[in-house]
Amino acid sequence: MAQSDIRYLTPISIEIKKDKYCRFLKSGIKYVDYKNPDFLIKFVNEQGKLLPRRVTGTSQKYQKRVNKAVKRARHLAILPYVGDMLR
Amino acid sequence: MNRYETVFILTPVLSEEQAKEAVKVYEDFVKKNGGKLKHNEFWGLKKLAYQIQKKSTGFYSLMEYEAPGDLIQKLEVEFKRDERIMRFLTVKMEKHHIAFAEKTRAAAKA
Repeated sequence: MAQSDIRYLTPISIEIKKDKYCRFLKSGIKYVDYKNPDFLIKFVNEQGKLLPRRVTGTSQKYQKRVNKAVKRARHLAILPYVGDMLR
Repeated sequence: MNRYETVFILTPVLSEEQAKEAVKVYEDFVKKNGGKLKHNEFWGLKKLAYQIQKKSTGFYSLMEYEAPGDLIQKLEVEFKRDERIMRFLTVKMEKHHIAFAEKTRAAAKA
């Protein structure tokens, strides 16, 4: 009896474990170009901040290259330092 | 002889021809001082992501060349001296970068 009475206040959300992969290793891109913004925007959040590796899942080697490319793009005013650009 | 890629931004106050002329000045500078020009692009007037010197647009130009190491120092002094240039960035190209540049150029041509 008691078994069926247990009702949870909030439905338990089962975390679907999708395994993250590094898009650079999978697609074989070797060089991150600092000149085209539409590729770099994928690694930057709305305020223009760099996304961490745990979110994008890229490996450290390519995350460093993305960092360098985004910082160069910011210097050349291709990407804003701060701004709401995706809205 | 290393491979370098320089991108610089010119003030929008200039007209199109003056901007092209300014780019020409730097191309000849590289040629005169022992550099070999590989490829240059002129992106024209583009909107800047943030204001530089109170201006929100600028002429972008890219120069790819092979040069001895000490030329970069001279080139950047010229950039600093010239007030038409708002911003510049020189990057040494390593092998992946060169391969990428060659591939995009071939794709653009084809």
